[in-house]
Amino acid sequence: MSLTEVGLQADVASDLPAGPIEGRSPWLLAWRRLRKDKMAVASLIVIIVLAVLALMAPLVASWVGHPVDMPYTNSGLNSFGDPVAPSGKFLLGTDQLGRDLFVRILYGARVSLLVGIVTTAIGTAAGLVVGMAAGYFGGVIDTVLARFIDSVLAFPYVVLALALAVVFGPSLPVTIGVISFFAWAAIARVVRGQTLSIKQKEYIEAARSLGAGPLRIMFVDIAPNLVAPLLVLATLFIPTAIVFEATLSYLGVGIQPPTASWGNLLSGAQNTYNVAWWDLVFPCVFLLITTLAFNLLGDGVRDALDPRTERLFASRRRRARRRARHGGRDAAAHAGGA
Amino acid sequence: MPPRMRAVREMAFLSFLVRRLLLGIVVIWVVTVGTFLLFFVAPQDPAAKLAGKSPSPGEIAAINRRLGLDQPLLTQYWHYLDRLLHFNLGTSFLTGSSVNTILKQDLPPTLSLMVGGAVIWFIVGVAAGILSATRARSLVDRVCTTGVLIGITFPTFVVGLLLIAFVYAKLNEAGLHWVQVNYEGPSQSIVGWAGHMILPWITVAAVSAATYTRLIRGSLLDTLGEDYIRTARAKGLSERRILYRHAIRSALTPVVSQLGIDIGTLAGGAVVVESVFGLGGIGQASLNAIQSGDTPIVLGVVLCASLFIVLANIIVDILYSLLDPRVKLS
Repeated sequence: MSLTEVGLQADVASDLPAGPIEGRSPWLLAWRRLRKDKMAVASLIVIIVLAVLALMAPLVASWVGHPVDMPYTNSGLNSFGDPVAPSGKFLLGTDQLGRDLFVRILYGARVSLLVGIVTTAIGTAAGLVVGMAAGYFGGVIDTVLARFIDSVLAFPYVVLALALAVVFGPSLPVTIGVISFFAWAAIARVVRGQTLSIKQKEYIEAARSLGAGPLRIMFVDIAPNLVAPLLVLATLFIPTAIVFEATLSYLGVGIQPPTASWGNLLSGAQNTYNVAWWDLVFPCVFLLITTLAFNLLGDGVRDALDPRTERLFASRRRRARRRARHGGRDAAAHAGGA
Repeated sequence: MPPRMRAVREMAFLSFLVRRLLLGIVVIWVVTVGTFLLFFVAPQDPAAKLAGKSPSPGEIAAINRRLGLDQPLLTQYWHYLDRLLHFNLGTSFLTGSSVNTILKQDLPPTLSLMVGGAVIWFIVGVAAGILSATRARSLVDRVCTTGVLIGITFPTFVVGLLLIAFVYAKLNEAGLHWVQVNYEGPSQSIVGWAGHMILPWITVAAVSAATYTRLIRGSLLDTLGEDYIRTARAKGLSERRILYRHAIRSALTPVVSQLGIDIGTLAGGAVVVESVFGLGGIGQASLNAIQSGDTPIVLGVVLCASLFIVLANIIVDILYSLLDPRVKLS
């Protein structure tokens, strides 16, 4: 037995828990992995802080004493009629009408988070049902549904979203509807693929031979296997939806002013950026921090749920450690020789 | 490969092509029906917009007759399909000019934007993806991953706005007038054209390059964790050979299938970038047409774009089977 193997065995032995061995569910393991991921934890905290701020937006407005839609034509605009810079009175400056930018950004956060979460929930639910139906039943149902998914994905969606928004009149519910309509198709495609491979497994055959019906097989035997990929897809779709809403509002077919949204704040900033950089920069910063946090959290969730990447890193770490130990021993041998 | 097997493969390929083209036609047909219904059933009244201020009911009726809007919906759709089979996309409600001509006119800015942007994102995305996967958790990886996050986080229009505010405006203030907004064709000077396109290219490429860096990094890391890579290592192959001969090929398969989905996103991104930079391509034409209720132009743009997306998807599926021979074309 070589020294390395002894070292490895010692490693394994020291990893064993002291007390009786307890069973850990995959979800508990994933949660523990997620908790160790500093970026993911930081993102989660950022998201919670943002959500709390968004919920408290009316409270903050009354605190600061600046209602969201109130134009301060005297104190909020300078003598040229331009927005005033950030100061003690207006924390992040004012916009082109002299309204408090900070308060408007917080109200914009309400819209963004609402749209992000609601559209993702609708899209995930619809995508799960359609994708599972297509993958499980196969045959004509699959052909029709798969073609339908392809048609939706083949649509140049920004054009269609613009068209839908204009036709139905831009508003919050229409914006949510439009984004959900595009959310489900991509998710359904992934779910269909997964279902196709899961339904070949022996335990599905076993369930069928025990007399389980299609609905039971889909929701009891297949769906739990889809929760992990769906969770990742959903977390990563939230920032997409937030950006989508901002884009629609920027183009003037999403949330309509005077309701504040990050998109229409930025659209307004287009006229003022050369005299008031804060109008452009601060809504950008909030939009970016939010989408960044959700993206990082999504990455963390994926890494936590997929132990394979973890295994790769673990084996690399182990190899690196071993190399370091070898290096150390070589150096010691050299020292002894000298 | 024995000749008989090759013959079988070729037959399979041909039947795949025919089937996919037919299915593609079905998809496009569904798209035309959807768009048609959306715009002709929707509570829009192009005649009222055309007739100007306070028109008489007679005037509106006359306009509706001229545009063929007084006929039953089915007849209108039939005429539309008939024109379509003769490659005629109809005429604009507002200006009366042919939609074919309008699309042809607006194609150069859109094509310049998409091709240039795609070249940049492909080169940057693949290179950064491979770099950061092979040096996972190194400084290079962290720089790439941060770049990716910034790229993914920045919505297209925000990148465009920031570039205009902080690059275009500052450079021109400083007396550097090469970088411009709006569109200028390459017929006068290629350099001038590139100067007009450089910011839009970066804008289009930023988001896509970031997405693909992340995708390639993820799938390459997955592949490098596979057992057959360990086998290759155990065989004593060099890391370089493992990477280029064994890992990348299978790592690219999920990337290629994502490509099919993302082409639609790219087309949509064109609308946004064209409006931010005032390039005046097909995307901007459709945005204006949507807002003014000029249905034939919208139908034309949607049809063109979905045709493009369907063709691109067929090409992607062929690429897919070339990369992974286990995938049967079907």
